[in-house]
Amino acid sequence: MAINNNRPISPHLQVYKQPLTGILSITHRMTGVLLSAGLILFVYIIYSVAGGSNTYAAMQVYMNLWLVKLIYWGFIYALFFHLCHGVRHLIWDAGKGFDRDTLNRYALIELGGSLVLTLITLIFTYE
Amino acid sequence: MDYRTPLAKVRGLGSAKAGTSHWWMQRITAVALIPLSFWLISFLDLSLNAPYQQTVEWLTSPLNTVCMVAWVLAVFYHAAMGLQVVIEDYVAAEGVKIVAVWTVNLSFLMLALAALIAVFRTLLIG
Repeated sequence: MAINNNRPISPHLQVYKQPLTGILSITHRMTGVLLSAGLILFVYIIYSVAGGSNTYAAMQVYMNLWLVKLIYWGFIYALFFHLCHGVRHLIWDAGKGFDRDTLNRYALIELGGSLVLTLITLIFTYE
Repeated sequence: MDYRTPLAKVRGLGSAKAGTSHWWMQRITAVALIPLSFWLISFLDLSLNAPYQQTVEWLTSPLNTVCMVAWVLAVFYHAAMGLQVVIEDYVAAEGVKIVAVWTVNLSFLMLALAALIAVFRTLLIG
């Protein structure tokens, strides 16, 4: 018997308005994938350090282009978001924090927390 | 009614045939990466802004070398495991899935080796 691959499928994730917790959940996964790609940039930077002062200077020129800087700070925010939501996953793994009020409160805490951590990094490192 | 054999039960490997080790290592590396992120950000800040000698001195001091190597080991393992889960969730075709997971794992192994060799080369300079 021929299999009909064109049947209507469910659930249609895109047609629903996602709750904040749902948006954060998929953002955690997306930031994880992006940060994994960002590791290539890390390897480039550490190779420039190993390559001597000339390659290092060339890397600094490139990394200080405004567009690259913008992407860099995007990565820093993604890192802190992934870290904060990751901590929440660890709390969930311990079997805690599943009721609705706690979920929504944590959502706001991790959004604020990742922003604050990014700002602290910006203040303490930017020259 | 439980149809599983006593041997299958005692192995506790479940339908994924790998037990909980993947899940567990993902958590261990995650916890390790929380404090180690501090070293990553310190390193990135120096690399992007500081003079060459200062960055080399920082990277070659024993504590910083150990923490950067630990970060590299944990982060590339954590990333490869995370990407494997994403691939397993969204790629349905069995052959493509296996090739994709292998490609990701081998690529991240190569990147991790490259990063470690760069750290050790810097040790020789400094």
